[in-house]
Amino acid sequence: MQGGYPPQQNGAFGQVRGPQPGYAGPYPGQSNYGAPAPAPAPAPPAQKRLDPDAIPSPQASDLPAVQKSRHRIDPDAIPSPIQVIEDDKAKSTEPFTTGVRGQAPPLVTTNFQVKDQGNASPRFIRCTAYNMPCTSDMAKQSQVPLAAVIKPLATLPPDETPPYLVDHGEGGPIRCNRCKAYMCPYMQFIEGGRRFQCGFCSCVTEVPPHYFQHLDHTGKRVDCYDRPELSLGSYEFLATVDYCKNNKLPQPPAFIFLIDVSYNAVKSGMVSIVCQELKTLLDYLPRENPDVDSVVRVGFVTYNKVLHFYNVKSSLAQPQMLVVSDVSDMFVPLLDGFLVNVNESRMVIESLLDQIPEMFADTRETETVFGPVIQAGLEALKAADCAGKLFIFHTSLPIAEAPGKLKNREDKKLIGTDKEKSLFQPQVGFYGSLAKECVAQGCCVDLFLFPNQYVDVATLGVVPVSTGGSIYKYTYFQAQTDRERFLNDLRRNVQKKVGFDAVMRVRTSTGIRATDFFGSFYMSNTTDVELAGLDCDKTITVEFRHDDKLSEETGALMQCAVLYTSCSGQRRLRIHNMAVNCCSQLADLYRNCETDTIINFFSKYAFRSVLTSPTKTVRDSLVNQCAQILACYRKNCASPSSAGQLILPECMKLLPVYLNCVLKSDVLLPGADVSLDDRAYLRQLISCMDVTESHVFFYPRLLPISTCDALPVAVRDSEERLSKGGVYLLETGLHLFLWVGANAQQELLINVFGTPSFSQIDPNMTSLPVLDNPFSQRLREIIDSFRAQRSRYMKLMVVKQEDKAELIFRHFLVEDKSASGGASYVDFLCHMHKEIRQLLS
Amino acid sequence: MATFPEYIAQNEERDGVRFSWNVWPSSRLEATRMVVPVAALFTPLKERPDLPPIQYEPVLCSRATCRAVLNPLCQVDYRAKLWACNFCYQRNQFPPTYAGISEVNQPAELLPQFSTIEYVVQRGPQMPLMPLVFLYVVDTCMEDEDLQALKESLQMSLSLLPPTALVGLITFGRMVQVHELGCEGISKSYVFRGTKDLSAKQLQEMLGLTKPSASQGRGPQAAQPPLSNRFLQPVQKIDMNLTDLLGELQRDPWPVTQGKRPLRSLGVAMSIAVGLLECTFPNTGARIMTFVGGPATQGPGMVVGDELKTPIRSWHDIEKDNAKFMKKATKHYEALAGRASSNGHIIDIYACALDQTGLLEMKCCANHTGGYMVMADSFNTSLFKQTFQRVFTKDVQGSFKMAFAATLEIKTSREIKVSGAIGPCVSLNAKGPCVSENEIGTGGTCQWKVCGLDPSTTLALYFEVVNQHNAPIPQGGRGAVQFVTQYQHASGQRRIRVTTTARNWADAQTQIQSIAASFDQEAAAILMARLAVYRAETEEGPDVLRWLDRQLIRLFMFHLRRSPFLQVFNNSPDESSYYRHQFNRQDLTQALIMIQPVLYAYSFNGPPEPVLLDSSSILPDRILLMDTFFQILIYHGETVSQWRKAGYQEMPEYENFRHLLQAPVDDAQELLHTRFPMPRYIDTEHGGSQARFLLSKVNPSQTHNNMYAWGQESGAPILTDDVSLQVFMDHLKKLAVSSAA
Repeated sequence: MQGGYPPQQNGAFGQVRGPQPGYAGPYPGQSNYGAPAPAPAPAPPAQKRLDPDAIPSPQASDLPAVQKSRHRIDPDAIPSPIQVIEDDKAKSTEPFTTGVRGQAPPLVTTNFQVKDQGNASPRFIRCTAYNMPCTSDMAKQSQVPLAAVIKPLATLPPDETPPYLVDHGEGGPIRCNRCKAYMCPYMQFIEGGRRFQCGFCSCVTEVPPHYFQHLDHTGKRVDCYDRPELSLGSYEFLATVDYCKNNKLPQPPAFIFLIDVSYNAVKSGMVSIVCQELKTLLDYLPRENPDVDSVVRVGFVTYNKVLHFYNVKSSLAQPQMLVVSDVSDMFVPLLDGFLVNVNESRMVIESLLDQIPEMFADTRETETVFGPVIQAGLEALKAADCAGKLFIFHTSLPIAEAPGKLKNREDKKLIGTDKEKSLFQPQVGFYGSLAKECVAQGCCVDLFLFPNQYVDVATLGVVPVSTGGSIYKYTYFQAQTDRERFLNDLRRNVQKKVGFDAVMRVRTSTGIRATDFFGSFYMSNTTDVELAGLDCDKTITVEFRHDDKLSEETGALMQCAVLYTSCSGQRRLRIHNMAVNCCSQLADLYRNCETDTIINFFSKYAFRSVLTSPTKTVRDSLVNQCAQILACYRKNCASPSSAGQLILPECMKLLPVYLNCVLKSDVLLPGADVSLDDRAYLRQLISCMDVTESHVFFYPRLLPISTCDALPVAVRDSEERLSKGGVYLLETGLHLFLWVGANAQQELLINVFGTPSFSQIDPNMTSLPVLDNPFSQRLREIIDSFRAQRSRYMKLMVVKQEDKAELIFRHFLVEDKSASGGASYVDFLCHMHKEIRQLLS
Repeated sequence: MATFPEYIAQNEERDGVRFSWNVWPSSRLEATRMVVPVAALFTPLKERPDLPPIQYEPVLCSRATCRAVLNPLCQVDYRAKLWACNFCYQRNQFPPTYAGISEVNQPAELLPQFSTIEYVVQRGPQMPLMPLVFLYVVDTCMEDEDLQALKESLQMSLSLLPPTALVGLITFGRMVQVHELGCEGISKSYVFRGTKDLSAKQLQEMLGLTKPSASQGRGPQAAQPPLSNRFLQPVQKIDMNLTDLLGELQRDPWPVTQGKRPLRSLGVAMSIAVGLLECTFPNTGARIMTFVGGPATQGPGMVVGDELKTPIRSWHDIEKDNAKFMKKATKHYEALAGRASSNGHIIDIYACALDQTGLLEMKCCANHTGGYMVMADSFNTSLFKQTFQRVFTKDVQGSFKMAFAATLEIKTSREIKVSGAIGPCVSLNAKGPCVSENEIGTGGTCQWKVCGLDPSTTLALYFEVVNQHNAPIPQGGRGAVQFVTQYQHASGQRRIRVTTTARNWADAQTQIQSIAASFDQEAAAILMARLAVYRAETEEGPDVLRWLDRQLIRLFMFHLRRSPFLQVFNNSPDESSYYRHQFNRQDLTQALIMIQPVLYAYSFNGPPEPVLLDSSSILPDRILLMDTFFQILIYHGETVSQWRKAGYQEMPEYENFRHLLQAPVDDAQELLHTRFPMPRYIDTEHGGSQARFLLSKVNPSQTHNNMYAWGQESGAPILTDDVSLQVFMDHLKKLAVSSAA
C-alpha cells in the first residue's frame, strides 16, 4: 500500500486537464482487488523512482511542478504491465501441468515448461476464461468474451514432446457415433469397456473389437497410459482414405515460386536476391524426417504482364521458358517438367536461377498482373493433382489488362468517415472467388510484397488471407538494408512446418457452441474452418456462446480436430482437447480470466469490425464492453467501497492499459503517416497472431541495456522511463529499435557501437558491429534471441535521441499520448473509470 | 501451216497454254452449241530456261480500264513512236526510253518469239530483296518413330534453305507453342491454348510484336520494317539453334487416356501461323508448312472429338448430314485460307497418318493458297521424306522452283470474256471490261491471287464468246488473250511474266471443219474434267455424273467417271480431297495420267509397249507397269512371278530374265524421281493383295459375269459389277441416237 504521491519531477498527463470529476483519490492499490492479492511486491527502484535524467515532457516542463501535482496521478501507482509480468515469472517456477481442469496457465511472457496430462498445452490453446459461466445470462451480464486462441501446429520447445501419432488401423480413428468427436480422455468407458459414453454429447458408442480393453477398479481402461488419445490433451491420428479428397490418398505437396520480373522488381534487386537465395534454400524444404530428402516438388514462374513458366525437367540440357501471354484465360502450358524434385533437376534449376536475373536485367516492362499469377499456380497444382503453396514475390498494383486488374483508390479523405470501411474491403470480387477455388484445391498463397507505392494490400491480401497464407511487406525495399530481413523471413517461411488442405472443426460439450472464428482461412459453412495451408505460426481464435446450461460438475469441454496433409503427403488428424471449469458465481469467472487472451480476441474482433463499421463505432463499442466487464465485477464481486474508487479484478487489472493500446493501434486510430496499405497489412497480420505475438505487438517490450549479465527487467512503454544516459531495446514482434540516449556514457557507446561519440553513430545501420567485449556480445545475443522468438525477422533500427527517427520510435511508447490522438494510459484509465461509474449509477 | 497437233505442241512449249479450241467460233450462239467452251489450260510459270529476263518495266496501255502490256500483236507506228493496244485499240505513246526504236531495232516484247516474256521489276536501293519465309508448323502428337523421322526431315530441310531465308517454328499438341529462335542458355516459346482462336492483332500483342508506332515517320526516310523478328530469323543465324530445338522436340507430354485421341490443336496452330505472318510479313512470299500426324481434336477447326469410339466422318456420314464438326471446321479453315491468301502466304499441308486427318476440311488452305497437299501413311516413309525434299528442288540458277504471292490477270479482246478459273487460286474481285457475267469456277473477276506457284501449276481458264450472232467476224480476224502474272521469284525479285496469245475466229456455219479440226481433245477433256471436279466439290455427286453424261465424250469420260475425282466410293473424304487437289493443279500431261492411267507391258516378245488399260492386257507372261500418278505399280504376271519365285533371275543362264525383271523397275525409278508428290511405289504380282490397285483401274472387259464368253487365255477376269467400256459405249450410242431424235 502506497500512500500519497511521490514527488513528481515531471511526467505530466496533459497539463490542461482539469480535476477528474469523481476521482476520489489515489489509486486504491492492490488490497482492493477482488482476488486475494499477493503481498504487494516492492517495485524495483528503477520503476518506482523516476530517473533524474528522464526527458522532461515538453508540455510539462514549463509549468511549475506544484501547480500540476494536485491533478496528477502517480504513474507508478496505476497497474503496471511490467509488474504483472515479473510477478508471474516469479510465481511460475514449476512446470505447468495440464491435468487440473480450469487452471489458468502462466502468462505468455513467462518461460515455463508444460507437461501434457490430459489437456492441450497453452501453446496450442489459450482461453479467455478458464472458468466459464454456467448460463448465458451470466455470460451476458459479465460481458467477458468466451473464446479460445488455437494454434494447432504450434512449435514446441525442444524439451516438450511433440504430439504422438496414433494409428487406429483401417477403420480410422474411433469416434463418437453421434457428434463424431474423436477418442479422447473425456470419453467414459462403461459396461466393462465394451462401450464408451461421449463427454461432449453423452451418446453411448460401441467399442470396436480391435480397440476393446478391460477397465480397472476405477473404471479407467487398463491401457489408459499406453494410449496418447486416452491420456493426453494433444495427439495425432493417422487418417484413412475416407478422410481424403476424392477418396484418394494425397500426393506430396508442391511449392511454386512466382517471381515478379517487372522493372521495379529487377531494379530493387529483389529478383536477383530471390534467385540467388533459392539456389540454397531449396535444400531446406520441409520434411518429416530430417534424414531423408524432402518430397516437396518445386516449380518456377516469372511474370510481368505476361507469365513465363519454366520447364526444368532433369533430362533437359537447359531450362525451357514457356511464355503465356493470354492472361485473360489462364492455363498451365506444360505438365511434365514444371514441378520437379530438387535433387533430380538441380543442374537445370541452378542454370535457370542464374539466368532469370540476366534475362530480365534490361526489362522496361512496368505493368504487372496478379490474378492470373495465382490462377497459374492454382492450375499447376490442379494439373499435378496435389496441394501446395505459392510463393509470390510481387511489387506493384496490378494495372495490366487481366482478370483481377486493380486501380489506385487510396483516398486519405475517407479516413474517419463512414466510408473508411470500404478501404479495407477488396475492390473487386474476383479475388474472393479465386480464393474459394484455391481452398478447394489446397493451394495456399504466401505473398511477399515489395511496394514503392500503393498496391492495395486489402485486395491483394484476399487470397493469402483466405488460404491460410501469410503476407510480408517490404515497403521501399532496398537490397542493401532489407535483404537480411527478407531472406530470413523467406527462409523461415520455406522451412517451417506446414500442413495442407486442412479442415478444422471445434466440437464442444452440450451447452456451448463455437460461433465465430477469426484468422486466415475460408469457411463455406458455419462449422468447418478450411485452410488451404496451415503453418506452425497460424492461429485461429474461436468464440463460444451458450446455447444451453453448463454444469459445474462436468465443466465445459472442447475438442479441436484439424485434418491436414503433412509435408510428406500423409493425411493426419491433429486433436487438441481442452476442459475448463464452469461456475455459477461471477467471482469465479473473474478469478480465472486471462487478459492477454481477451485482448487477442478483442483486437481480432475489432479489426474485423472495421470492414463493416466506422472505426469510431468500433472503438466505442470496445470501450463500452470493457467498461461493462469491469462494472459487472465492481458490482458483483468487489467488496463494498467508495463509489469513487476504481476497483479492478486482479487478473484483469491490465485490461485498460492493453485495451488502450488496441484502440491506439494504426488500424483503429491511424496517424497521418500511416498508409492505407500499412493498415490493411496490420489488420490482416493481427488476425492470425497468437497471444504471445499480439501481446508484444500491442505492448512492446522495452529493455534498458545497462549491464551485461542476466536479461534486464523491462520497463514500461513510456518516455518517462527512458534515461538520457541509457540505451534501450524495444521490440514489437515486427520492429526492433535500439534507442540511444543523448547523454549515453562513452563507455557504453564504445561497447555497443565502437565509437565514443554519440554523433558518430550511424542511424542507418541495420546490425550492430561485432565487437569483442562482453557487453556487445550480450547485446547481440539478446537481439538474436528476440528475433528467434518471433515468426518474422525484425530489422534493427538504431534511433538516436532527438533524431528524426525518434518519432517512429515514440509511436511504440504506448503508455504515452500518441501523435494520432490516442490517450495516454492514465487518461484512458480515468476515462474508463468514468464509464464504469456511469454504468454503475 | 503446220498441223494442229504441231501447232498445239508449239504453243504449249512456248506459252504454256492449251486451248480447247484453237479456232474460235465467232458468235455466242455457235460457241454454246459447241458444248465444250472456249477454255485454256495455262501454266503461268512454265519452265522456260531459254527466256532471258528483261531488266525493265513493261509498257502498259494508257487506258485506265485496259492497262494491257505491249506485246508482239500490237500495231506499232515506228515513225510516230506510237503503238495501238490490240485489246482496246487505244493508241499509246512510247515512253521516252523507247525513243530509239525502229523496224530494225525492236524491243524484245515486240518480237513474235517473245509472246511470253518475263520482266524483272527493278527496285530502288532502299528496297531490299524480299526474304523467303518458311514457317514450320509441327504436330507433336505422334508416335516417337514418326516424330523422329519428321524431325530429321525438318533438320535436313534447313540445309536446303538459302542462308538468308527466314524460318520459324510453331509446334502444337494440346497447346500451341511459338518458339523464339536464337535464345542463348534457355529456350523460349510462347504458349497458347489450343481451344481459343486469336485475331492477328491479339496475337501481335501477345507475342510482343507491336512496333513502336511513334517512330513510324513519314516520307521516304521512313524506317524500314524489320526483316526479321524473334520468331522468324535467317537460317544462317540460327540453324544450329533450330537444329537443336528440333532435336529436343518431344512428343506432346499431356497424358492421353485409354480410348481417347490425343488433343491436337491444329486449327489454332494454323491460325497462329497465319496470324504471325500476317502481322510480320504481309504481302511477302511465305510458306506455312504444316505437318500433321492426325486430325484436329479440339478448338476451332476440330474435325473429330477425342473419343476414339466415335470415328472420323466418312462420305456416308456426310451424305447423312452426320458430320457435326465438318461445317464449322471448314469455315474456320476457309477463313484462314482467305487471310493467308490475301497476304500472299502459302499453306502447305503434309498429312501423314493411317487414318484421315481432316484434309476435307482443310483442303481450302492448300487449294486457295497454291500450297502443297501431301498425304502419306507415316512421316517415316520415303513417300513423305522424298516428297518433302523435292519441295526444295532448285533450278539451274540455284533458285527454288517456287514462286510466291502471284497475281494472274487476264486481258481479252472485246469479243471474248473470261468466265472464271479453276485451280489453286482465289479471286481478287477485279471487275473489268473483260469479265463475263457467266461464272465458271472462280469467276466474276479478271484477276486471281495465286500465292504459291511452281513450274507445273496449271490453271484452267474458261472464256465466253460474247460476239453476237449476226455481228461480223471481228476486226483482224483474231481474238487475243493476255496473261499477266506478277510474282515474287524465289530469288526475292519481283517479276512479271506476260503471255499474249491469239486464235483465229471462224464462222461455225461455214468453217465448221476447221473449227472441228482445231479441237484439242486432251485439253478439252482435262478442262471438262476440272469443271466436273469443281462441280463435284460444290454440288451433289450424282448430279455431276448426270451432267457429265449429258455433256460428253468417249473413252476418256469412261475413266473419269470411274476415277476417284468423281467417285467417292472406296475413298475417304480426305483421299477424295487429296486427289482432287492434285488434279486441280497439275499440268495436262499429269492430269491425263490421273484420269487414264498409263499401262506398259514388258515381255520377251519385244520391247516394252504401251497397252490398253484393259483387263485383257493382264497376261501371265507379262510384267505390267502402271502409272496412275499417285501410284507406280509393277505387276508380275502369273508365270513371271512363278519364275521369279523359282529364282531364275539369279542364274547366269537366265540373265535375260533378270533384265526383263529390271526393266520396269528402272522405268519406275525414273518416274519416281521426277514426280511431285512422290507416288506410292507398289511391287506386286498375280494374286497379290496389292494387285487390286491395278485391277480396279483397268477396263473390266472380262468379269466373272462374262469370262466364259471370251477366250480363256486372254487376260484376267475382274470381279466387279462395274460396266465395261463396251457396255458403256453401247449405252452411250443409244443415248446419242435417241437424244438426236
